[in-house]
Amino acid sequence: MLPIITLGLPVLASIIVLFIKDIRQIKQFSLIASVLMFISTLIYLPTYLYPTSPNVVSIIGMDSIFFSMDGLSYLLLLLTSFAAPLIITASFLENHERPNIYYSLFFLTIFALTGVFTTQNALMFYIYWELALIPVYFICGFWGAEGREKITIKFFIYTLFGSLLMLVALIYLYTKTPYPHSFHFSTLYQVALTSVEQSWIFWAFFIAFAVKIPIFPFHTWQPDTYKVAPMSGTMLLAGIMLKMGVYGMIRLMLPITHLAVVQWGTLATILAVTGIIYASIIAIRQTDIKRLFAFSSMAHVGLLAAAVLTMNKNALQGATFQMLSHGVNVIGLFFIAGIFSNRIGEKKISEMGGIASIAPRFAIYFMIIMLASVALPLTNGFIGEFLMLLGIFQTQPIFAVLAGTGIIFGAVYMLWLYQRSMFGKLNPTITVFADLNLSEQLMLTVITIVIFWMGLFPSSLLHIAEPVLNQILKTY
Amino acid sequence: MEVIIIIALTGVAIMMAGAFNKPGLSLWLAIAGLMLGFIFNIRLWNTNLHLYNHMIVYDNYAVAFNALILLSSALVFLLFHSHYSPWEKHLDEIAALLVFATTSMLLMTSFGNLVVLFIGIETMSICLYVLAGSRKYELPSNEAAMKYFLLGSFMTGVMLFGIALIYGASGSFDFHDITAYLAANGNKANNMFSIGLLMLTVGLLFKIAAVPFHFWAPDVYEGSPTVITAYMGSTVKIAGVAALYRVYAYHFAAIQPVWATTIMIVSFLSFFTAVLFGLPQKRFKRLLAYSGISHAGFLLMAVLALNQYSAGALLLYAVSYSMATIMAFTVLVEVIEVKWDDQLTVFKGMGAKNKFLAFALIVAMLSMAGIPPFSGFMAKFNIFTAAAESGYIVLVVLAVIASAISLVYYLKPITLILSNDDSNAEKIKLTPEVIIVLTITILLTFVFGVFPKLLTGLL
Repeated sequence: MLPIITLGLPVLASIIVLFIKDIRQIKQFSLIASVLMFISTLIYLPTYLYPTSPNVVSIIGMDSIFFSMDGLSYLLLLLTSFAAPLIITASFLENHERPNIYYSLFFLTIFALTGVFTTQNALMFYIYWELALIPVYFICGFWGAEGREKITIKFFIYTLFGSLLMLVALIYLYTKTPYPHSFHFSTLYQVALTSVEQSWIFWAFFIAFAVKIPIFPFHTWQPDTYKVAPMSGTMLLAGIMLKMGVYGMIRLMLPITHLAVVQWGTLATILAVTGIIYASIIAIRQTDIKRLFAFSSMAHVGLLAAAVLTMNKNALQGATFQMLSHGVNVIGLFFIAGIFSNRIGEKKISEMGGIASIAPRFAIYFMIIMLASVALPLTNGFIGEFLMLLGIFQTQPIFAVLAGTGIIFGAVYMLWLYQRSMFGKLNPTITVFADLNLSEQLMLTVITIVIFWMGLFPSSLLHIAEPVLNQILKTY
Repeated sequence: MEVIIIIALTGVAIMMAGAFNKPGLSLWLAIAGLMLGFIFNIRLWNTNLHLYNHMIVYDNYAVAFNALILLSSALVFLLFHSHYSPWEKHLDEIAALLVFATTSMLLMTSFGNLVVLFIGIETMSICLYVLAGSRKYELPSNEAAMKYFLLGSFMTGVMLFGIALIYGASGSFDFHDITAYLAANGNKANNMFSIGLLMLTVGLLFKIAAVPFHFWAPDVYEGSPTVITAYMGSTVKIAGVAALYRVYAYHFAAIQPVWATTIMIVSFLSFFTAVLFGLPQKRFKRLLAYSGISHAGFLLMAVLALNQYSAGALLLYAVSYSMATIMAFTVLVEVIEVKWDDQLTVFKGMGAKNKFLAFALIVAMLSMAGIPPFSGFMAKFNIFTAAAESGYIVLVVLAVIASAISLVYYLKPITLILSNDDSNAEKIKLTPEVIIVLTITILLTFVFGVFPKLLTGLL
């Protein structure tokens, strides 16, 4: 029963919200619906915290929809349903034309993401994966900023091209499964492949996931899309959707093409690490706050990809944890960027300054989220990045050194940004900067609490995904 | 052979009805006839009739494709009055010709003899030549008819020559005897037979507008009356592919090496060049023409695959393709009635003023592009899987790349529809017939997108 609620709630909300006329009611309804989703997800928590024998919730006998959720799936579902109310609260900062359609598309995305994370059937995985793309395409294409047409088309074709490669790989695997063919993950894991076949499939998977994450050199859609998309669209993309790529890597790429990961992993890791350094250096030079956050996000996910490719348990645990904390932090960061543009319009960083003096509460929250993003100990960012670097160091120390520079660079551009925007003399062009209102403060408080809670008590979350990761690492 | 007789008689009745000069009568006669034919057709499921010395083989394959042909013909008929005004001259003749074309298509899926195949194709073609020119005071319509007729009749000649060569080699028109002849020769085709087969193939490929025999399609699509274009785009193409599949899968499967390379090259050329040529198109009809050519390429992959999945995959693809095509053309018919133009820009701002039409067009485009959860995705998926199963992995990869590129032009109308600038958009009043057509096509697109097994399990 519970799985049906988990999958059904977003669909239901997406339909109902279409028929609400009043803007206030639409917002209230969306928020309540998303909070309900989060609560319905929390109900599973005891199952995974105190696992009895098979750590999987599933609908038995429903072959086509195939809801099946283990610890890893659950963590990402938790992230999705936790992020949804946050993103909806954040979206109140913006005014959308035709808000009912906007929120309907939003819930449709949440539905598709829920599906991606809770299926054990590769075909359904692909369908949900594609399905998540369509509403986001519309959200960016019709509520985005100037110049969105070309950029969203680029984004759409880029990601679709990648995922079609994945489809080819899946079809090939499907034809290799014993008769009657099946798309179930466990069947696909057992397909015996030569190392040449594995290499092809590895690259098909890798490009599909690399576009989504994005990993250098498949990232060119990302900064522009993050910039022109409405804030909530950016949050969806950076906060949850890019986790689909990392999740796909852990779920499909590692177990199915483990030989090829050993063979080609170094090359792929070089790409990921290049991305970290490249994005960090570009981030330092950015004059626009959203683009800076976009490149910073790219640097962080480069580390995620490098960690997953090591196939080391510490690194994988770190990656899993970092998926969650990156999701929370990046939503916080883009919310900060949203507040900036809400208060003072689109301004360059050099045109800001001294805002801390007139908006002290805002300054505090910004500081906390910024520090979490540069992985200060006690915050959630530290746990994930530490574990990932540890794991990479255990397998390929050189890459750990190179990837570690990302953290140093991160401190450079983040602290510099903070200094230029918040401290110093108040820029004369900024006369008013209203401090946080109640709902903004509430949202940032929630994010802050989660940042510290995850930073101080990481073990419970790490514990949830552990059996799944063990199993995935055991398959080869 | 009730089905074919019923449909043929419907055509005769429509021509008679012209004498009474009652506008609208012919339309309902046609739909009633087609529906009656549909019911009788379904009743033949699992009967597997072999009639008139194997002239006609009415097996499940024929039943399934004929059901689709009858259904999509009926849907096109429902659009009839949106396009032709009831007091237009010769309306009954036009309706009758459409019904006769449908009759001949029924033969194209159920032949057991080369002569029946030829009769089916030729009758259909002659009807279509006239239909393409049915707006005889409009220059583009005349141009379309002329081009179609000249190229089409030439290709018919080629095909007939091919049939003659096959007859010369095997001594029979009957596929039973031809297959027996091939088996007796150790499934090796001599040169005469191979050349005959190639010429027959060329004729059939021309009818489905596969590259390099596609040059007529964009011009003819553009010039013909829109309803006729819808008919050509959906039903005619399906019938052509069904005939091709029947020839190869049911009769010439044994000599696959002889024709597989040809079909593979044509399939690749069709979906790839059509997708590239589709990119710069500014007119919706031409865009759909190129999209149709690329879909012919995808459909040919099922012919190539030739395993236990391919027939079901072909049926699913045919259904989802023809539903999406009819959907798109229905919207176009309605828009053209108001705007008198088929530039893509006519869709600008349609989302605000004509929600239902806009929704239908978005569904049609996404389904053609092969995006889940629409049936187009499942159709492509099944065809690709069937082809991969038979080892055509490279072709599948290329097809996948082509479908990614095709998205560029399928997204164009969608972007325009949802544009916030709706200053040029006008409210279009929909007739009940149009609403019925769109509802049925959208429903089927969703249903087969979610439950593709309903169709793929049939064959």
